[in-house]
Amino acid sequence: MICEKIQLTLSSLFPESAPLPPEPESAGDEKDKKAKSPLPPRQDGLMEREYLVHGYHLDAQVSPAQLVTAVTMLDEAEFFIESITGVDWIKDNQLEVVYDFSRYDFDLCRVVIRTRIDRKSPVVPTITNIYPGANWHERETHDFFGIKFAGHPHLIPLLLPEDADFHPLLKDFKA
Amino acid sequence: MNSPILLQPDETFILNVGPQHPATHGVLRVKMEMNGEYIVNAETVIGYIHRMHEKMGELKTYPQFLMNLSRMDYLGALGYSHGHVLLVEKASGIVVPERAEYIRAIMVELNRVASHLFWFGAFVMDLGGFSPLMYALQDREHILDMLESVTGSRLTYCYFRFGGLCNDVDDNFIKAARQFIPRMRKSMKKYHKLVTGNIIFRKRLEGIAPLSKEMCRKYGASSAVARGSGINFDVRKNEPYSVYPEFDFDVPVYHECDSLARYMVRMDEIEQSLRIVEQGLDKLPGGPIMPDKKPKLIKPPVGDYYQAVETARGSFGIRLVSDGGKNPYRLKLRSPTYSNMHLFDEACQGMMIMDALAFMGSLDLVIPEIDR
Repeated sequence: MICEKIQLTLSSLFPESAPLPPEPESAGDEKDKKAKSPLPPRQDGLMEREYLVHGYHLDAQVSPAQLVTAVTMLDEAEFFIESITGVDWIKDNQLEVVYDFSRYDFDLCRVVIRTRIDRKSPVVPTITNIYPGANWHERETHDFFGIKFAGHPHLIPLLLPEDADFHPLLKDFKA
Repeated sequence: MNSPILLQPDETFILNVGPQHPATHGVLRVKMEMNGEYIVNAETVIGYIHRMHEKMGELKTYPQFLMNLSRMDYLGALGYSHGHVLLVEKASGIVVPERAEYIRAIMVELNRVASHLFWFGAFVMDLGGFSPLMYALQDREHILDMLESVTGSRLTYCYFRFGGLCNDVDDNFIKAARQFIPRMRKSMKKYHKLVTGNIIFRKRLEGIAPLSKEMCRKYGASSAVARGSGINFDVRKNEPYSVYPEFDFDVPVYHECDSLARYMVRMDEIEQSLRIVEQGLDKLPGGPIMPDKKPKLIKPPVGDYYQAVETARGSFGIRLVSDGGKNPYRLKLRSPTYSNMHLFDEACQGMMIMDALAFMGSLDLVIPEIDR
């Protein structure tokens, strides 16, 4: 129920396109494709995911400009913030920020919001003004990936040493 | 003679609690701006024992990473391993034999009782009562002996395998577990008599550090922190996994939102875990503990997978991004105390320092688990 509602709300972010077709899942095909030509980076859009396989229901990739709107929608639907993290897609020359949300409810709905940014100038807007609990998660993501959260009140190293100028989870990080 | 130090009425000073302070239960530091005994502002500083488990996750193969999970939370390690194996099994389509899943649940619940017992002792010690810790450790020792006889270790277990377990339980374990349950129930009565009714104890906790539902949601709090604030949320019930739907147990929820409510939730949870262990032992099916068919090399197909489990400290989430290789492309560990601790800064504003330390104890912190 909640999932359908929030899907409808989130789909207003993507007016022009129909829902994306699900990605090809079978392992064999993927392997062949990877060997020959890498998959193009994923485009923005809303996807339904098989919960039993992936562990979440909705997967929305938004542009950094739409991020705050999307998170506000989830806040209004009483989602709690689970975590924020990054993924380094070095082959696409992109960084991805992944936001996990869920609800204190028996009507289960897990939502993942993603946004992709250029690897050279990784900046996304902060969501600490919507979810104060995003503060540490964003600082941690800044530690590990060097992603800057514009408007964050206190973007200094959290888990890494206070003088850290390296980002260990970048794929080209050399210890 | 020294001249007396006089503070202006609105003048504040900075107090550093930790990183080496017994009340912080590990290397945690809180920078507090104080006005007399009242906290004006607090800033929690973490990361003193950060070990970059997530990078290790990328550098190691899937089986090599198994032992890392128990180094996160040394008191309730099995819950974290459980999340990890469930995730990789889900992603690579490995079917776990029923017996193995039952034994996992029994072990995780015993570990949860052990973790809660240690928290109980340490929490009361924070408030100045020393002997309950000794009683709690005595009970916990029985669990550790049982777990050691099966898993081979007392704290940092590496017991679960992708697909099952490395060792089956024997009759001695089942006998010991059956004996332990009534013993623990008797002890619970003792603890309630000794501690819960104590007037000093209650005055330190009742009505102290109220956390609203809204605050829990904004910070993503879980476990007793959320359930003590009237939120009926337990991953075992809300997002059932493993064999938990087979068990009849309740989720204790208290609506007082104070430190005492968080204490009561955990104390009640011990009884619920005992119920699960009891039912698990009754229902324990026979059969193998490892599947017949299992891939030689763990290589989950390309994709993005998430698994949440209820550990002793709350909702632990683990995200795997696989590129089809023998190492994870990205492994994110979402630790529950990280979110629970995060709300401390905001919640303790205006609180007296002794109340704040009692509040910190009621959050059930394990620092290596925050820092990862």
